[in-house]
Amino acid sequence: MQSLYRPGNSLVHRVPAGLKLALLAALGVGLFLTGSLPVVAGAVVLVVAVGLLAARLPWSALLVQVRPVLIWLAVLLAFHVLVTDPRTGAVAVLRLLALLVAAAVVTATTRVTALVAVVERLASPLRVVGVRPARIGLVIAMTLRFIPLVADRAARVREAQAARGASRVGLGIVVPLLVQVLRMAATVGEALDARGADDAPARRRLARAAS
Amino acid sequence: MKSRDLAYVALFAAIVAVLGLVPPVPVPGLPVPITAQTLGVMLAGSVLGAKRGGLALLAFLAVVAVGLPVLSGGRGGLGVFVGPTAGYLYSWPIAAFVIGLLTQLFWRRFNLAWALIANMVGGILVIYAIGIPFTALYGDISLWASFTGSFTFIPGDLVKAVAASVVAVAVRRAYPVIELPGRRATAG
Amino acid sequence: MRWGRRPAALEEAPSVERTGIELRDVVHSYGDRTVLTGVSLTLTERRVGVIGANGSGKSTFARLLNGLVLPTEGTVLVDGLDTATRAREVRRRVGFVFQDPDAQIVHPTVAEDLAFGPTNQGVPADEIERRVADVLDRYGLAGHRDHPAHLLSGGQKQLLAIAGVLVMRPERIVFDEPTTLLDLANARRVARVIEELPQDVVVVSHHLELLDGFDRVLVFEDGRVAADGPPAETVPWYTARMG
Repeated sequence: MQSLYRPGNSLVHRVPAGLKLALLAALGVGLFLTGSLPVVAGAVVLVVAVGLLAARLPWSALLVQVRPVLIWLAVLLAFHVLVTDPRTGAVAVLRLLALLVAAAVVTATTRVTALVAVVERLASPLRVVGVRPARIGLVIAMTLRFIPLVADRAARVREAQAARGASRVGLGIVVPLLVQVLRMAATVGEALDARGADDAPARRRLARAAS
Repeated sequence: MKSRDLAYVALFAAIVAVLGLVPPVPVPGLPVPITAQTLGVMLAGSVLGAKRGGLALLAFLAVVAVGLPVLSGGRGGLGVFVGPTAGYLYSWPIAAFVIGLLTQLFWRRFNLAWALIANMVGGILVIYAIGIPFTALYGDISLWASFTGSFTFIPGDLVKAVAASVVAVAVRRAYPVIELPGRRATAG
Repeated sequence: MRWGRRPAALEEAPSVERTGIELRDVVHSYGDRTVLTGVSLTLTERRVGVIGANGSGKSTFARLLNGLVLPTEGTVLVDGLDTATRAREVRRRVGFVFQDPDAQIVHPTVAEDLAFGPTNQGVPADEIERRVADVLDRYGLAGHRDHPAHLLSGGQKQLLAIAGVLVMRPERIVFDEPTTLLDLANARRVARVIEELPQDVVVVSHHLELLDGFDRVLVFEDGRVAADGPPAETVPWYTARMG
């Protein structure tokens, strides 16, 4: 599965992932606090400029993430023009557009592993309630591993049913597929134990004591 | 949480992602095509139970957030969390949790009727209760407009609730993952 | 949670002697289904094979050897360490390779997956890097270092699964039907890899030719050991019995 990351060496690429996420969050809060049309319009210009000029991303990298909601933004604008007023509509749409583009820039310039590391770091206060941050990274990694696997097994179950004369593809494949992958996941659980997934907390403790 | 639970959580996160690859199915008589992804939300809750089901959807959202285009229509990245339909995404872990909670509550006498109740309360009521206000917030429109605007999706969601319930009952018979309190399920 | 334990890296193995794996009156049941009914034996040989019909208990037997499954009754000792109370130390000594490599590979890319086990053991990063490069080279996977694991062939996946255990440097490795899902060429390749391992191995298999040259073969039947001896005796006995 290809992520939306676009390799590069620009300044934006090199800014630490945590800082980029913090700036994105700050932009989000800021945009929702303001109702000023020039400010939100300026924000759109700014984030597009950051994406294209500072991060040197191609248009397509931004467009691919924004395009799916363009229709929705158009509906939103039409709704406001009809029901409230065009100015409110423009602010609402541009505000969302600025955030969408900003988020697209962060996503396109930050490696998956760097973002996972931030997620782990953000989760570290949850240690006190028994959450092990390293396991979050493990679950994300396993999910990425399972996506092609599940797609693959689904195709195989479908073939097996077609071979036995099933003409319709529907819920019929879901139950056997689920049972099959649930069995596999139970074995994965054993494999995690066999490969020492249980040992992780001790290692963390050591790392902390050493720092 | 045991290692096996981690594997189940990742598995259902992956299943929700794969369901996002299924193209929307147009159904005669329904105003909008049905997307398969919320079927995954319902299945996660009704197969894994509250805690693991909720975590599976959190893991899925984490995978979306770190930049994988696994949301239906090939969407992904951080942008989807501020979009107009973002509230529906926020609701998914909670919806799976609620479905799982109800499923566990009904587990002893679980059948199609109980499964339907769990999936309709968690998979429709909870999702709309969270999704609608956020659409209003992000779009700067009234709650009422957001509420009426969401109506077109209800029939499709009912179809999915029925489908998820049928599957949940069958999986419970073939390979139950939720354990009855005080009794261990047979290991594989 | 195991916060109270001492850090793994400091956990000096209290000079355990290699006395082998010992099962004492082991019974194992899943619910009310008993799959092993009183097994007592000691494994000290370098290469041990395990055969038997489906459902004879051999897979459960394999999982008992590294504490993945704990006995319902009786004791399993690995070099004198009880698997019920010293599971983590036991798993460090006894690696496990599963039938389905897809179930054993937990990271999306080859190198990441190889690093998983030693990272859990607290092995320093540069040492992990060295071990990973070493096994990639040995198993002809060097060109696949950063490739997605799902693009590997079935045989390559099983080699990756074995490599993922080898980088953890266990003293023994248990294989649960390692060639069942492979085609003939890949099955032979994996068999050769197992043959060349310096570790003690226990191999559960339906592929009887895999066990040629083994030191000892156990035949399981209805949850107990029906025959036990060198393959020249036990394998013909088993094939005759299967008709």
